Amino acid sequence: MDYHWDWLFFFRETDDGLKYYDWILSGLGWTTLVSLASLALALALGSALGVMRTTPKRWLVAIGDAYVDVFRNIPLIVQLFMWFFVVPELVPDRLGMWMKQDLPYVVIAVVGLGLYTAARIAEQVKAGINSLSRGQRNAGLALGLTEWQTYRHVRLPMAYRIVLPAMTSEAMNIFKNSAVTYAVGILELYFQYKQIIEKTSQVLEITIVVTLAYFALAFLMNRLLAFIERRTRVPGLIVGGKGSN
Amino acid sequence: MIEIKNVSKWYGSFQVLTDCTTNVKKSEVVVVCGPSGSGKSTLIKCVNALEPFQKGSIVVNGVAVEDPKTNLPKLRAQVGMVFQNFELFPHMTITDNLTIAQIKVLGRSREEAVDKGLKLLDRVGLKAQAAKYPGQLSGGQQQRVAIARALAMDPICMLFDEPTSALDPEMINEVLDVMVQLAHEGMTMMCVTHEMGFARKVAHRVIFMDRGAIVEDAAKDDFFGQPRSERAQNFLAKILHH
Repeated sequence: MDYHWDWLFFFRETDDGLKYYDWILSGLGWTTLVSLASLALALALGSALGVMRTTPKRWLVAIGDAYVDVFRNIPLIVQLFMWFFVVPELVPDRLGMWMKQDLPYVVIAVVGLGLYTAARIAEQVKAGINSLSRGQRNAGLALGLTEWQTYRHVRLPMAYRIVLPAMTSEAMNIFKNSAVTYAVGILELYFQYKQIIEKTSQVLEITIVVTLAYFALAFLMNRLLAFIERRTRVPGLIVGGKGSN
Repeated sequence: MIEIKNVSKWYGSFQVLTDCTTNVKKSEVVVVCGPSGSGKSTLIKCVNALEPFQKGSIVVNGVAVEDPKTNLPKLRAQVGMVFQNFELFPHMTITDNLTIAQIKVLGRSREEAVDKGLKLLDRVGLKAQAAKYPGQLSGGQQQRVAIARALAMDPICMLFDEPTSALDPEMINEVLDVMVQLAHEGMTMMCVTHEMGFARKVAHRVIFMDRGAIVEDAAKDDFFGQPRSERAQNFLAKILHH
């Protein structure tokens, strides 16, 4: 193999006056931003949908179910294209123009990735709530708590603890999924990776570095959630245990 | 205090309660017994509207439970309930279990709620456990906490849904003792239980249910002395002779 290793190329200047490592750092920044913003959106929306799907109100359940069916069954890249190219054509003209011209791409990318991930979070939140005994809800209501207070103080705190491991893999996935947003023009890590390969042909070095960067992001998220899991562990309770009723 | 009038309930086409009528007066202790599946748990869950019913009416302290305009959280806050499986909130300390509803529902200050909670915890003999979590207590201890949690709301009556059925035998008495004490203090109580010793000691009346209907509703001495229905006789024979 006569590959020409050149680790120092990262410090060479690019066409735009920056160094190649600046491109990497900039990509890393966008990847982190898109991922964390999408995750925040997905957690908020996914929790709301998950709760809706466990209420006694049938129309709320129907809305939640329909959402999950739609957003879980369409590939992420297709969803992103829909937000970029289809939705602006379907909404009123002025809104469509605004979406195409003034709305920053990154906002649409975050919405796309966030709404896609929300369907998965909704599924987990629902599973978590349903794994609790029905008596927990009854106990909350019997004390005079409202349905919403029962979710807020009784059911959700336990449901989140139960599904935290599943949420962890979803939170790690979002970094990997964020790579897809390059297709709609986000200058994130994968975009920079492709660009650097084209410019330098130092495929191995850049692949190693980008792989490590993605690994580090996912790993940090994993450690963070493992920390939260430890901090929120309930003394005397076997995790995943559930009441008999 | 609790007036149950011609209550019927169906799950789909299956009738679980058939024309149930009874009253519980202030300071009265009524024991509800009957074979499993007879509808006794369902009936007392109708009293605080945890279970809806399709026909009849239940009036608690002058408030109609089935009226859609009734403020159910407010009504439920006045009716204490103790469950078969304790249903303490596992992620909260015992103190938080005792104070959450006082604070969120009654609007008491945290100090006031903790003060009240600890007094009641002391009363059920568990003051030392205040900082622990439910999973660190025995079943009997958890059920005593659950009773204290209900009492912390200053209820006007208490519902017990098989409070000792999930307990190991050696823990049953510690829970019954608390209930007996409550009865002696004049608490209005409706208890679904098979503990006939408890019924003998403190009940004023015993209701016997079978297949969703109230088959017998009699003063305690009449019930144990000469149950009129054959089904009640059979039931008593089965649970008393062992």
